[in-house]
Amino acid sequence: MELKLNVNDEELRVDVDPGTPLLWVLREELGLTGTKYGCGRAQCGACTVHVGGEAVRSCSYPVRKVVGQPVKTIEFLDQSVVGRAVEQAWIELDVVQCGWCQPGQCMSAADLLSKNAAPTDADIDLAMRGNLCRCGTYPRIRAAIHRAAEWLRDTAARS
Amino acid sequence: MAGMKKASELSRRGFLRGAALAGGGLLIGLDIGGGNRIAAAAARAAGATFAPNAFLRIGSDDSVLILAKNDEMGQGIFTSIAQTIAEELEADFTKVRVEPAPAGPAYNNLAFGMQGTGGSTSTWANFTQLRQAGAAAKTVLVAAAAARLGVEPATCQARLGRVHHAASGQSFSFGELAEAAAALPVPAEPALKDKKDFQLIGKPVRRVDSLAKVRGQAKFSFDASLPNMAVAQVARSPYFGGKLKTFDASAARAMSGVLWVGEVPEGVAVVAKGFWQARQARAALKIEWEKGDGGGLDSETLRQDYARLAATSGTVARKDGDLEAELAGPGIQRLEASYELPFLAHAPMEPLSCMVHLKDDGGAEIYTGSQFLGPDTMTAAAVLGVPAEKITFHNHFLGGAFGRRANPRADFLVLALNVAKAARQLGRPIKTVWSREDDIRGGFYRPMWHNRLEGAVNEHGKIVAWRHRVVGQSILAGTPFEAMMVKDGIDQTSVEGASTLPYDIPNLEVELHTVKSAIPTLWWRSVGHSNTGFATEHFLDELARLAGRDPYKLRRTLLSQHPRHLKALDLAAKKAGWEGPKKPGIGRGIAVHESFKSYVAQVAEVSLDAEGRPKVEKVWCAIDCGPVVNPDIVRAQMEGAICFALSAVLYGEIRIEDGQVLNSNFHDYPLLRIHEAPQIEVHIVDSNDEMGGVGEPGVPPVAAAVANAILDLTGKPVRRLPIFPAA
Repeated sequence: MELKLNVNDEELRVDVDPGTPLLWVLREELGLTGTKYGCGRAQCGACTVHVGGEAVRSCSYPVRKVVGQPVKTIEFLDQSVVGRAVEQAWIELDVVQCGWCQPGQCMSAADLLSKNAAPTDADIDLAMRGNLCRCGTYPRIRAAIHRAAEWLRDTAARS
Repeated sequence: MAGMKKASELSRRGFLRGAALAGGGLLIGLDIGGGNRIAAAAARAAGATFAPNAFLRIGSDDSVLILAKNDEMGQGIFTSIAQTIAEELEADFTKVRVEPAPAGPAYNNLAFGMQGTGGSTSTWANFTQLRQAGAAAKTVLVAAAAARLGVEPATCQARLGRVHHAASGQSFSFGELAEAAAALPVPAEPALKDKKDFQLIGKPVRRVDSLAKVRGQAKFSFDASLPNMAVAQVARSPYFGGKLKTFDASAARAMSGVLWVGEVPEGVAVVAKGFWQARQARAALKIEWEKGDGGGLDSETLRQDYARLAATSGTVARKDGDLEAELAGPGIQRLEASYELPFLAHAPMEPLSCMVHLKDDGGAEIYTGSQFLGPDTMTAAAVLGVPAEKITFHNHFLGGAFGRRANPRADFLVLALNVAKAARQLGRPIKTVWSREDDIRGGFYRPMWHNRLEGAVNEHGKIVAWRHRVVGQSILAGTPFEAMMVKDGIDQTSVEGASTLPYDIPNLEVELHTVKSAIPTLWWRSVGHSNTGFATEHFLDELARLAGRDPYKLRRTLLSQHPRHLKALDLAAKKAGWEGPKKPGIGRGIAVHESFKSYVAQVAEVSLDAEGRPKVEKVWCAIDCGPVVNPDIVRAQMEGAICFALSAVLYGEIRIEDGQVLNSNFHDYPLLRIHEAPQIEVHIVDSNDEMGGVGEPGVPPVAAAVANAILDLTGKPVRRLPIFPAA
């Protein structure tokens, strides 16, 4: 079935079973492989994308539900101020190890920072507990979110 | 179709935007340093290329491409390889790019004599070779510059990607010299730099793979695709050693997107256009399995069998003094304890996959994420019945591995080859992918272990006797490593850390019972040490308690002949304030363990939550791994190892009933989550001793440090892991 989607500010059409999880449409139909598969049941967060401005687990989100709503993926992260701050903090603190979970971590972090400009450790733990990292980069994820928040506050103060 | 964008356009646009950004303009704040250093095929050097050895390609466009002999699975080896080569090359590090090496003997890991990454060997085993590779290239570039100017090479100096002739003030970039350099001989034993002159080695240089990974541009095996590619999933026997009896694929074959369904040696394969169609169709298969060898296997029964075996003598792996005589002596207090550890899955975040593109000449192009390209090449050649030259591997970033992708039996490679052969008539490249359930249930586990320990303390509080019986499966039996690592019936990986106990105990015995079962086992980050590090270091604290001794000071007494253990131990204790007052409501535990040529000590602080459940608040970690290439990567590996080990300490347990794994995904095989991650402080011993590894050595002390803190807080030892079993 043909569906009209808006992904990363592009209008496009895909011909798929509407029950297909968004993850597989992004990865296999649109070639956007930055969004990762980890568990297929919303347990690990590797597939996190933004739909209508909210973080969702695309592995468990049928593509029909995103029709009419803008979808943003990791490939679009640097198009927002918050996304750039996340990206930069991740790089400055060298958060990544294997990297498979990190696009999802970054998307969850951007979602948190877009709603909470000064998250506490407890806020971070709450917002990020759905994102698993087998390499154990959690201490750096926490530090990087604080760093990104600091930049965002500095940037806001300057402008 | 009007208005429809092709997928390729969308992703290409994303890539170009990323590439433009890497130039720096749009980023806020500081220079990001790392940059995108992962070479894409399109970004290869144009024009003439100087290829002095297998590891380096210098283009006339000034590009410096490093072919990394070790696989990047998160441990940071691409960065430290680049640092090492660039140091001696005198390259401009910001221009260095890295990509995975192809398969070939030039890339053998010098620790193994074959191409592969594991055992925390990459840095120490290959450090000198990589330095020489950089130094040889620099020597040739300097010679090329000197020849062009008609001066002595000794009057020229390489610095930041250029060769300078101070007397004339002239200089040439490496790219300008590449063509001439390519015609000159390459020295076999070039002079290496004095370490006091190091600019990159020993510095916390940013990772070369951060940007590509953060942007989702880094290519992993699961991301690989080719035109016309199909995706396969295989229904394998749910029983260890089980066999396919019959199957009915009529419903699956009728489903949308399904291209082929058929039998492979491992079970029934479904080949479809994509992951989701393959998954749906596989679920629609009706299959009957024969249970086979592993039919009745049950982890609870195995536990009881192991306990019974542990009460009997095993094969002796080490014997010092006369234990029995000591145990019978006067004034002796004895303690016996068993420590049980379960089967564990590696569960890398990226599930396994392997794409096979069969060629008309009988060979194949193989796209995967493997720690073992050397053995895998031989395996692929054998499965396809062609010489190794007809096999081409394309290795990718590994989305976690922890040993799972270094399998002597090459299970996920063989599976993908079998699927490709069976569905050859499709004429498509086929990527065989594993779901998370396939990964958790699909075999190859850290063995289950039972440790029986006996110890004796004399009237002066001195530990005078120690017996450690290890019961578990051999990882190496039946693999090509058996000849090398199994001696006199002892798989060295089963007793490592126990038979190498450093403590000054006069009467000491270590014994092993090797159990055979149909459950496939494999090395899991830190291998045998993941068991023995816990059992030995927790038992020592139990004995310390019996003797009324401080666990830190007791260890110091017992390690007087082991300065590297002591340095790590002292540093961890000092940073954790061990000798200072304890915080109220906090238990404190210390542990030290040598593995993979490095020495790691950890202090854990544990509290109890409102329900009385232990919570790990903070871990201090000290490591002596000898000279360090990148201290920030060492710190990252310690942080990661602590979190990785905590997953096992708190939750990790693969449970088996009637020959089937009960766990299936992260809801019933939980991993540590961010709110459970302790604060971690890592300190590196300033050391000029022999270089050791860093990928694994952070794991073994964790369980004991935490268990010792729980013992300190509650008075109760931890005799079985995990602390919070699911059942």
